[in-house]
Amino acid sequence: MTLKTEPITVNIGPQHPSTHGVFRLRVAFDGEVIQDVEPVFGYLHRGSEKLAEERTYTQVVTLTDRLDYVAPMTSNQAYVLAVERLMGIEAPERGQYIRVMMAELMRIASHLMMIGFFLQDMGAFGTPLMYTFREREDILDLFEMVCGARITVTYMRVGGVQADLPPEFTPALERFLAKIPGQIDDLEQLLSGNEILIARTKNVGLLSAEAAINGSVTGPALRASGVDWDLRKSDPYEIYDQLEFDVPIGENGDNYDRFVLRLEEMRQSVRIVRQCKEQMPGGPHRLELPMLLRPPAGDAYGRVEAPKGELGFYLVSDGSIAPYRCAIRSPSFINLTVLRDMLIGWKLADMVTIFGSLDVNMGEVDR
Amino acid sequence: MPVDRLATGCQPLGFWDGMGLWEQWGINFFPRLGDTMCRAMGGATPGGIPDWLIFAILGLAGAFAVVNVAMLGVPYVILLERKLLGRFQHRVGPNRVGFFGLLQPMADGIKLMTKEDITPRVADKLVFSLAPLVFVVPVLLMFAPLPWAPHAVLADLDVGILYIVAVTSAAEIGVFMGGWSSNNKFSLFGAMRVVALVVSYEIPLVLAIVGVVMLTGSLNLAAIVEGQRFVPNLLWQPLGFIVFMIAVSAELNRAPFDLLEADSELVSGFHTEYSGMKWGVIQIGEYAAIIGFSGIIATLFLSGWKGPAPMPGYLWFVLKMGMIISGFIWVRATIPRLRVDQIMNLGWKFLLPLALINIFVTAGEILAYPDGLPVWLIPVNFAFAAIVVAVAARLLGIQGQPRQVVPAPPVFETMASS
Repeated sequence: MTLKTEPITVNIGPQHPSTHGVFRLRVAFDGEVIQDVEPVFGYLHRGSEKLAEERTYTQVVTLTDRLDYVAPMTSNQAYVLAVERLMGIEAPERGQYIRVMMAELMRIASHLMMIGFFLQDMGAFGTPLMYTFREREDILDLFEMVCGARITVTYMRVGGVQADLPPEFTPALERFLAKIPGQIDDLEQLLSGNEILIARTKNVGLLSAEAAINGSVTGPALRASGVDWDLRKSDPYEIYDQLEFDVPIGENGDNYDRFVLRLEEMRQSVRIVRQCKEQMPGGPHRLELPMLLRPPAGDAYGRVEAPKGELGFYLVSDGSIAPYRCAIRSPSFINLTVLRDMLIGWKLADMVTIFGSLDVNMGEVDR
Repeated sequence: MPVDRLATGCQPLGFWDGMGLWEQWGINFFPRLGDTMCRAMGGATPGGIPDWLIFAILGLAGAFAVVNVAMLGVPYVILLERKLLGRFQHRVGPNRVGFFGLLQPMADGIKLMTKEDITPRVADKLVFSLAPLVFVVPVLLMFAPLPWAPHAVLADLDVGILYIVAVTSAAEIGVFMGGWSSNNKFSLFGAMRVVALVVSYEIPLVLAIVGVVMLTGSLNLAAIVEGQRFVPNLLWQPLGFIVFMIAVSAELNRAPFDLLEADSELVSGFHTEYSGMKWGVIQIGEYAAIIGFSGIIATLFLSGWKGPAPMPGYLWFVLKMGMIISGFIWVRATIPRLRVDQIMNLGWKFLLPLALINIFVTAGEILAYPDGLPVWLIPVNFAFAAIVVAVAARLLGIQGQPRQVVPAPPVFETMASS
């Protein structure tokens, strides 16, 4: 006699502790083993692309903060680069240095958040998360110093940044740069050699280089699979070609590589911030531009290496004060395309870690 | 070298019995419950009152006292955990209610008791209501044979440790009842994990005790404490201690084995649907089990209530329990959770061989030195334990199953075409 068996279907999310927002996964389990996955999203859809058509080019910057609310600075940067390309202008050098510095600080903060939640998803109860939040707090304090906001910064403007660095910023940045390398080392020593962490991450959630490229995966998830693709090196924007830094590359494309690679990227970002601080030129921080920008009719695509991957803004202008069309290539959304293939065959416990290792932000997925 | 329990019971208390000196000064902090009950059973009772009535009253009073020790201990273990976790995580922990947050457990208790008790409409109501009780009662039964101080033991069972092992395993039935009757898929997953795992950690748990029992020659907990008159068993049994600690944290569903309520995977596991005081009873069961098992670890390996005299025996016992509980909290604050198949690997491939090695080595030592183990064996034991653990970790490890792609058609039609 054979027993009739059928997969058990579970709705993980949209209200679930480790879906990092309002993500929903319909998962079919065979016991603990994942048999099929269907990602469902759209719970945080706010119509940012449509809203952008109703706002002037400067006002759209506020919308980009709300895309990836873990890394608003890089969203700002991608948008203003697109507008500058549309208008055929370039920010003054000091403005570019400040932008790069902020973007790299943002990368550190975003990776800290990813590492904290990744370890939390794995079951390390709160401690790594609190460590990473303590360090992220310093970065947010720096942001508050330059623009008054911590999350919704709206700091970058077309043709530069909103305000010059205040005098108290440099000493605070120096204090931060003095202690962050040690804190990254602490974070690495806390768990990286831990037997359980290695058992949970090594060779788990493998993403081959081919699958990653076929799925248009970008960012740390792609580099962990061994593909040397970082827009800061392969398509340098702003002043990245004048800075010295390495792009860490993973080997296996497993959870462990994605985790360790981000630790290493944080170290490289510290290097970049330090160079920016030393090479910071004088001069204006932004161009004198009219309040209402009227780019010539045409289209442009601006992209940056955001903490989560390639973030691009495709803008079409009809010569008016608002974009005719604004399309966002958000890395979180496109990285999710490989999720199904990565999850099938793993266990329920691996599901949350694999999803966490992709570092997806729902604000950016649903736009 | 079996210890004659009756003989040791009659021995005068010495310096290492903690409370001894106080007793000599005529101060008795702990009622001689066991002795009183023995007298009641022996018929040496005040006239007029039947023996069985005295036995029943004393037994109930003793059970009431011991259960209350456990029940009052639970809120403060929870508070200790919250405070310590706060410190580990650069937080302060609860400090608003009362001095240092000391009244926080009371506030939590009042909140839980006045909270609406929700039973899901689709739940199996009888089983759903029964599960917390089935979960908590075995845990409370565990406290009966624990020796809190010299002569202060509620039920001086000759099979004490066997009884504890038997009784605590029954708590898993409550977990499964709760998980099944909730009619919630997350609860079912949690319950399923418990049932799948219970064998893989219970066997090493029992086998780790065997070494101690062989050294003492008795299953009686008071006799085991008496057998550690000079040296705590930890020094003779480091390997057994390691295996027992790991197995106990699995038995207690503590980190890194807390996957039946893995909050990042299963929301709350088997008690997802519980609220109000039913949830509170489950919490009491979990934390009372932590207290009870800490007491058992202290009894088996850290010489129970024995300690230098100025401090009474029961304080020594509570102090040792507190140290062990803090150790559990420390582990919880640091270590990530294992996966279900990795715990099975750990149980069967790592803990079980180590427990067996421990049994054979202990048996060999006892055979070689029947009149008592020489002191130089202590460093040898520790070195041996370190080598065996290191070698076993290299050879066996905890790496679980690789990816298991089931050759099955896609379940969701919308994704099937992709």
